[in-house]
Amino acid sequence: MAITGLIMVGFLLMHMYGNLKVFLGAEAFDHYAHWLKGDILYPLIPSGWFIWIFRFVMLAAIVLHIYSAAVLTGRAHRARGTKYVTSKPLQQTYAARTMRWGGVILAGFLVFHLLQFTAQVIKTGWNSGAGPYEMFVVSFEQWWLVLAYALWMVTVCMHVRHGFWSAFATLGANTSATTRKWWNIIAWAVAVILYVGFMIAPVAVLIGGVR
Amino acid sequence: MNITLRVWRQANANAQGAMQTYQLADVSPDMSFLEMLDLLNEKLTVEGIEPVAFDHDCREGICGMCGVVINGSAHGRGSSPVPTTTCQLHMRSFADGATIDIEPWRAGGFPVIKDLVVDRTAFDRIIQAGGYISVNTGAAQDANATPVPKVDADRAFDAATCIGCGACVAACPNGSAMLFTSAKITHLAMLPQGQPERWSRVKSMVAQHDAEGFGGCTNIGECAAVCPKGIPLDTISQLNRDLMHALFKPDGK
Repeated sequence: MAITGLIMVGFLLMHMYGNLKVFLGAEAFDHYAHWLKGDILYPLIPSGWFIWIFRFVMLAAIVLHIYSAAVLTGRAHRARGTKYVTSKPLQQTYAARTMRWGGVILAGFLVFHLLQFTAQVIKTGWNSGAGPYEMFVVSFEQWWLVLAYALWMVTVCMHVRHGFWSAFATLGANTSATTRKWWNIIAWAVAVILYVGFMIAPVAVLIGGVR
Repeated sequence: MNITLRVWRQANANAQGAMQTYQLADVSPDMSFLEMLDLLNEKLTVEGIEPVAFDHDCREGICGMCGVVINGSAHGRGSSPVPTTTCQLHMRSFADGATIDIEPWRAGGFPVIKDLVVDRTAFDRIIQAGGYISVNTGAAQDANATPVPKVDADRAFDAATCIGCGACVAACPNGSAMLFTSAKITHLAMLPQGQPERWSRVKSMVAQHDAEGFGGCTNIGECAAVCPKGIPLDTISQLNRDLMHALFKPDGK
């Protein structure tokens, strides 16, 4: 759970950084997108293989993460089958409480996201053969898509807010009350950086800063 | 004080339980929570109603026997900044005319025996699985013959203050007993006397914890918030560190 989660947080940070290329113009963004599917690590591995190895690792991380979550949820339901009539949470955060359903919701939107931009089955306003930059701009000129992504990123960043600190605690890095505070501050920072970093480009497209 | 109590009544382990409402008058604010329950039971006895069964022993906050969920928080700490056991909670913490909900610990590893009494022998089995050290009997060695660094001694003592009341399990949304298990792991892992069994202990105690039907830890922190002894959440990270280390150690014969 912790290791696969941190792999995905690492991916999110890279993905966010890559998206910011949209501010450098169509040529830079498309070149970057093609490079991802091109000859990374060539000639160590054949050209074009990297993206498939990368996708396999990400898929494995997602599957193992969901499997771990399902096992933990099952154990929790057996251990707390009977609910309290009255319950008063003292410590838990909203993010921690919504990890399970939040995870299901964000995974559902991930499927849409992949069908939209990776498989290109769901076309939000562009025609077949459109480049990555064109897809990005045409999509986020529509306010409802920006809103949908803004809401999705709230669920993603809340998940990261608790997940990031929790992963390090599980791996044994919570050594005192002070380190716990710092892990939570860093988790907040990562979540906020991800939110701002991901949403700044779609919002820029929407208000006409990028076209 | 006049208070309204809503108490979980359950005749036995297999019976269907329900919340029952009782009115209680003339409660002194100086009474402890358990003395208030004694008052209730005297009243019920006079009225010919079966008294409410609840666990208690020392009533000094040091034995770990008492413990009920009061208004949704284990041991009834509520919004108070001071951690407490049920016996050390006093009626002055409640307003006159208040309605107080009293429920037993709820966890898969803690089946209800009767009313507010739960079976906590799962904790004994977790301790039996590894919460001990091996020492030679005979003449005890000099008290200071084995030096222990101050930092380690402090951590061991802090963890050793666990009284095994089970509030951590009761408060955990996952029904996990990780705070209890990690307190014993940390207590013994910090001391030289605990080293011989250190790596086998963590594996067998965690295995027993899981076998008892407790849930897994997701680092929410409710356990440490209700712990009357203030066992810190970082003891769970100590358990995780030891467990990961132990995975690279042979099990032996």
